[in-house]
Amino acid sequence: MGDGKRSPAFYVLAAVFALFVLFLYGPMITIFVLSFQGPEGGLTFPMRGVSLHWFAKLWEGMGVVDVAAAFRRSVALGVVVMGATVLLALGAGLAFRKRFAGSGVLFYVSVASLIMPSIVVSLGIGLQFRLIDTAAKSVLESGGMSGLLEGYGTAMGLFTSALGAHLTWTLPFGLLIMLAVFNRFNPAYEEAASDLGASPWQSFRHVVLPLIAPSLVGIGMFGFTLSWDEIARTSQAIGDVNTLPLELQGLTSTVTTPAIYALGTVTTVVSFAVMGGTWALMRWLRTRGGRRAAA
Amino acid sequence: MSSSRRSAPAWLQAAPFTLVFALFLVLPLVLVAAVSFWKASDYELIPAFTAQNYLDAFSGCGKLFGGGELCVTLKTYLSTLKFCVLVWAITLVIGFAVAYFLAFHVRSVGAQTLLFILCTVPFWTSNVIRMISWVPLLGRNGVINQGLQAVGLIEAPLEWLLFSDFSVVLAFVHLYTMFMIVPMFNSMMRIDRALIEAARDSGASGWQTVWNVVVPLSRTGIIIGSIFVITIVMGDFVTIGVMGGQQIASVGKIIQVQTSYLQFPAAAANAVILLLVTLMMIWGLTRVVDIRKEL
Repeated sequence: MGDGKRSPAFYVLAAVFALFVLFLYGPMITIFVLSFQGPEGGLTFPMRGVSLHWFAKLWEGMGVVDVAAAFRRSVALGVVVMGATVLLALGAGLAFRKRFAGSGVLFYVSVASLIMPSIVVSLGIGLQFRLIDTAAKSVLESGGMSGLLEGYGTAMGLFTSALGAHLTWTLPFGLLIMLAVFNRFNPAYEEAASDLGASPWQSFRHVVLPLIAPSLVGIGMFGFTLSWDEIARTSQAIGDVNTLPLELQGLTSTVTTPAIYALGTVTTVVSFAVMGGTWALMRWLRTRGGRRAAA
Repeated sequence: MSSSRRSAPAWLQAAPFTLVFALFLVLPLVLVAAVSFWKASDYELIPAFTAQNYLDAFSGCGKLFGGGELCVTLKTYLSTLKFCVLVWAITLVIGFAVAYFLAFHVRSVGAQTLLFILCTVPFWTSNVIRMISWVPLLGRNGVINQGLQAVGLIEAPLEWLLFSDFSVVLAFVHLYTMFMIVPMFNSMMRIDRALIEAARDSGASGWQTVWNVVVPLSRTGIIIGSIFVITIVMGDFVTIGVMGGQQIASVGKIIQVQTSYLQFPAAAANAVILLLVTLMMIWGLTRVVDIRKEL
């Protein structure tokens, strides 16, 4: 391993690796190519011309499904999940650096959330909001507020039940990243700041935060992409509206045109844009931090 | 924090994080457990304490030893377990090979990072898109069938390629091998290279070194990856639904269907059973590792 010559095992494993990468990329490349299928073309090869026809079809909407609205909902939810994941995971990460009662339980609960079958979480949240609805309706009824009662649909929604469901999925990742970051964090910087007379807030704001900023951006990105693609936990906990991946899942059994590939291409472009933006931001924060440290 | 001055108390920093898990994980799970003993009419839930939902879930299972047909629940669990074992075994082997290649055969950190990113990029694409991306390859008129027919290996298109057990396993492996690779790679990177040298100097062959040194020292990664894959497959209904053409039963699917018919107590009972089965599998795996030490 350390010597110059490659062993035969290297070539075998390199071939395995190459095949694995081909296996990962092959199918995806196929549908990106097929999403530019000509208007006459179908779900499989051959390509009958090259066009943006199916993207235009997608924009017009697919049957009863309003793809654009689902797209906006998913972006909005993703952004809120991203912000909440960063803030809450940061708070918890800071708390875990000190000792507090119940920290062990909290850690295991969040790990449990990560490995809990998603359908169980989703069912639980769906059930919870159903019971909330029942309770709210009976309260309104007994209170004689029939006007409110008629207007009351359900407490379930994008920013109530679905947000909660997404957070049970993104926060454990956020916490694990925070714990890993603080495990490797050198407390000498803070001690120096404190020795120089910085208040806890100042040392957090001017010392800790700039150092962990790239990781926070990473957590945010993780939060957005996990939310952007989440189906299982959202499925029973969303109520009347749907997010993009849920619509997409429904469309797989009804749409038989390359428009669905076009939708796949569009959602992938969004993910890539988020990743690219995040990466640029992290680099910028690092170089800025580096310059500051050098100055 | 070592600062003696006032900084925000830990419990306050962790409070929002804790609240999310209390409201959207613990409470819903308690409700699932409670409601699994309730009764339901067509339109409302009736608090009660009955084991009927569990008895219903296993109705007909008593005949197991009478030589009759298996009951639906056991059949479904067996089918899901079959997927679980197959996917686990395949992702374990592929994941180990890939992680081992990256950790021990790729020498520069730069190349390691690059190849690692190469493997993670597909994860930026929606899972549903990655599933349907197999359609143009595996379909009746897909690339593989066309290719095999062109070469003359087969007369008629193979039907078992798509919407079958095969395509379900293929999609699982495609989607989740990375969950095996990341923790295993993480563990392997912590192995002291001197140990490998020592094994070789003592006359161990390549296989002996892998089997007696690398595998035991990667145990944590192997177990964490296995937990991920097993819990994902056990609770899945999306992949099995889409890739099985909505024809293959799974435990998650049962719960989803019962929920959509508002049979909450029945769904809850099934969720509790699923949770117990999954927990038993994880318990078996975690007996040998402490996750928290590994961050």
